[in-house]
Amino acid sequence: MGQVMLSVEALGVTFRRGGDTVRAVRGVSFDVGRGESFGIVGESGSGKSTVLRAICGLAPTTAGAIRLGGQVLETPRPADFYRRVQMVFQDPYASLHPRHTVDKVLSEPLAIHGFPDREARIERALADVGLGPDFRFRYPHQLSGGQRQRVAVARALILEPEVLLLDEPTSALDASIQAEVLNLLDRLRAERGLTYLMVSHDLAVVAHMCERLVVMQHGAAVEELTRAALASHRAETDYTRMLLAASAGYTPATT
Amino acid sequence: MTALLTVEDLRVTFPTRQGPSEVVRGVTFTLGRERLGIVGESGSGKSQTGRAILGLTPPPGKATARVLDFDGIDLRAASPATWRSLRGARMSMVMQDPKFSLNPVMTIGKQLMEALKFGATQSRSEAKARAIAMLEAVQIRDPERVFRAYPHELSGGMGQRAMIAMMLVTEPDLLIADEPTSALDVTVQVEVLRILDRLVAERGMGLIFISHDLRLVSSFCDRVLVMYAGRVVEELKASELKQAQHPYTRGLMNCLPQIEGGQRPLPTLERDAAWAK
Repeated sequence: MGQVMLSVEALGVTFRRGGDTVRAVRGVSFDVGRGESFGIVGESGSGKSTVLRAICGLAPTTAGAIRLGGQVLETPRPADFYRRVQMVFQDPYASLHPRHTVDKVLSEPLAIHGFPDREARIERALADVGLGPDFRFRYPHQLSGGQRQRVAVARALILEPEVLLLDEPTSALDASIQAEVLNLLDRLRAERGLTYLMVSHDLAVVAHMCERLVVMQHGAAVEELTRAALASHRAETDYTRMLLAASAGYTPATT
Repeated sequence: MTALLTVEDLRVTFPTRQGPSEVVRGVTFTLGRERLGIVGESGSGKSQTGRAILGLTPPPGKATARVLDFDGIDLRAASPATWRSLRGARMSMVMQDPKFSLNPVMTIGKQLMEALKFGATQSRSEAKARAIAMLEAVQIRDPERVFRAYPHELSGGMGQRAMIAMMLVTEPDLLIADEPTSALDVTVQVEVLRILDRLVAERGMGLIFISHDLRLVSSFCDRVLVMYAGRVVEELKASELKQAQHPYTRGLMNCLPQIEGGQRPLPTLERDAAWAK
């Protein structure tokens, strides 16, 4: 691994409400190299999405440190952080404003960060994700699920970030549409040297997209694996082996 | 094998401003006491096929068929009273998302008991015992708590299992499961499928399993119907899926990423207008 782009060290996230404390993330550490694609896998409630939300400041960091390019991130995050790091959310039906056109969705981040020549940038962003210029003035309800997720990717990329945080980007899509979005993400990373941090519950998707991955359970990292180790089913822990078995499809009970 | 359900030339039509739009176009199949999978993309008409069998085509849609026969009963001419005696008691449906299919202001227990009330006459305590036993059967560890809980107090996996319990407590002959495991984690998914599998094996239930995940269906079902644009383009034994002839079936298979590593970029699905004819 070359230069470390994003480093998460002993991250802890604790939510407190009334007398209840939920320790959603407890002591997770990993490094993501520049230009690398890193995956986080786990079941619902394992804290994998909370790690992403903590990185971009949507969840409180109660322990540990997050570094971007060697610098410890301050809270609240500076505006420049959001130019360098962008996020794509799970559900394209929920993450696009229903009353904003694609044009508005794409021009807002440009206006916030004071980018010049917005016109040309919007057209190029749409072309990059494989949508024609006639999509520009449509509303989200006039788009299919796959098209919406393309708009969400375009929105994230329009600021020319270095790191993309992907929270289950294809789990709300059909298998055939999933393949198209994964190919798009793969191509954009190769073209622009982006760094990806991708969260998914689907081992096959992460194995396809990421060079290395960490398996999480109950808020803690269970195991870190390379793609090759995963492909040859060389898992160290029982939990990862169980996930691998479950991903292979249905097997009748042996008991 | 005696047929539990016979469907011939099933069509579902919705009126639109551009004239009637046919979303299911001549689906024909028979179901015995087995696991039948229906696979296709969104919009292929697979869910509408499932709904039409239960007479649940949402208005203003219309379902017509040459034959729609369930265990000797002609469903095309069924009266509301006949439907009431069939739905829930002898044929039922598990929907995709427990968040939208459970009543949010009723406890799980109450909803389970309601399903039983329309079935055989029995005392309250008997019904409660059966409901608790059913919750246990779907691998809910703390059935007494879940019985008293409201849907928002349960996780997605628990809610889905409670839904399945509700559909199965009346011991139906036919269960239509519409993407029952899409909202669940892989590990919970396997548990839910085991429950369904056991019911088919032990009670001789007929199961129609609707999904877009061809790999899952092929490992779970006995037979698979592949639907495209409202038509069945291919019917085959699940074990013979690898030898599928139709390019659409092969496309659905190949576009899934694999843990063992595969092609890069992933092959995307080529659609051919001629398949819909």
